[in-house]
Amino acid sequence: MFDLTGRKALVTGATGGIGGSIARALHARGATVTLSGTRRAALDELASSLGERVHVVEANLADKDSVEALVPAAEAAMEGLDILVNNAGVTKDNLFMRMKDEEWDTVIAVNLTASFRLSRAAVKNMMRRRYGRIVNIGSVVGSTGNPGQGNYAASKAGLIGMTKALAAEVASRNITVNCVAPGFIESPMTDVLNEKQREGILGTIPMGRLGQGEEIASSVVYLASTEAAYVTGQTLHVNGGMAMF
Amino acid sequence: MSDVADRVKKIVVEHLGVEADKVVENANFIDDLGADSLDTVELVMAFEEEFNVEIPDDAAETIVTVGDAVRFLEKNAA
Repeated sequence: MFDLTGRKALVTGATGGIGGSIARALHARGATVTLSGTRRAALDELASSLGERVHVVEANLADKDSVEALVPAAEAAMEGLDILVNNAGVTKDNLFMRMKDEEWDTVIAVNLTASFRLSRAAVKNMMRRRYGRIVNIGSVVGSTGNPGQGNYAASKAGLIGMTKALAAEVASRNITVNCVAPGFIESPMTDVLNEKQREGILGTIPMGRLGQGEEIASSVVYLASTEAAYVTGQTLHVNGGMAMF
Repeated sequence: MSDVADRVKKIVVEHLGVEADKVVENANFIDDLGADSLDTVELVMAFEEEFNVEIPDDAAETIVTVGDAVRFLEKNAA
């Protein structure tokens, strides 16, 4: 089950807590993986810890040209692309009334627009090959909202809608498009929470703990596998029960 | 039929799984040959590969019949 031998995967934001876990899990299942991110040293470090079947392509997803170059570079390095994981994401939290245009624009650009452009580029060759898996990493706040995260919540809700639209368009070509929506996961993004925030959050999670990157990665592995062939347009919430849909 | 027309016809027959005698010059991909909108995108990609030419989106939108494709490719393909 869930063997990815011979599959070629691109993971954006691979230096992040969740992205690194996703890259490791896909690789452990046998996939060739292209790691993408902005921090070269961290990418190289992850690549060397994985060993073979790994490529590195630096990309700044806030930059249009950099985004446009990423899928072709990954396809060239791996001689194909079967699995695209749009994981990269940024936060620029602020109260709605204080939110700057640039805080809004950056978050939408990286979290949503880059995922659109990468998916558009990847799906072309997936159509030719009549096979593909796109997994977008959303967030529970895309469905629940969260104060101070109007931009982030909008970008993640946007991903869910985009996932459904693209899934419907390409389903007949054996390409699935799904979303994994993490709740609060131990990562650099949640390390910045202070003790009081952390306690408050734990109180809302029936499981009483934050999630681990590996617990997101295993959901991605499932959706990226041939076994998940009949699952498309879905959002899989992995959040310890903090929100149920 | 020209060489270009023969190659276009072959692609259309293979891709849409239609009878060769239905692939006539004024056959509309969607109305006459049963293509869906995604098929038309794929046909354009197949033409690009076969003729080693790039078909921009605005030109692709004008290619709705077999004859449209043949005329575009005769004019633009190397």
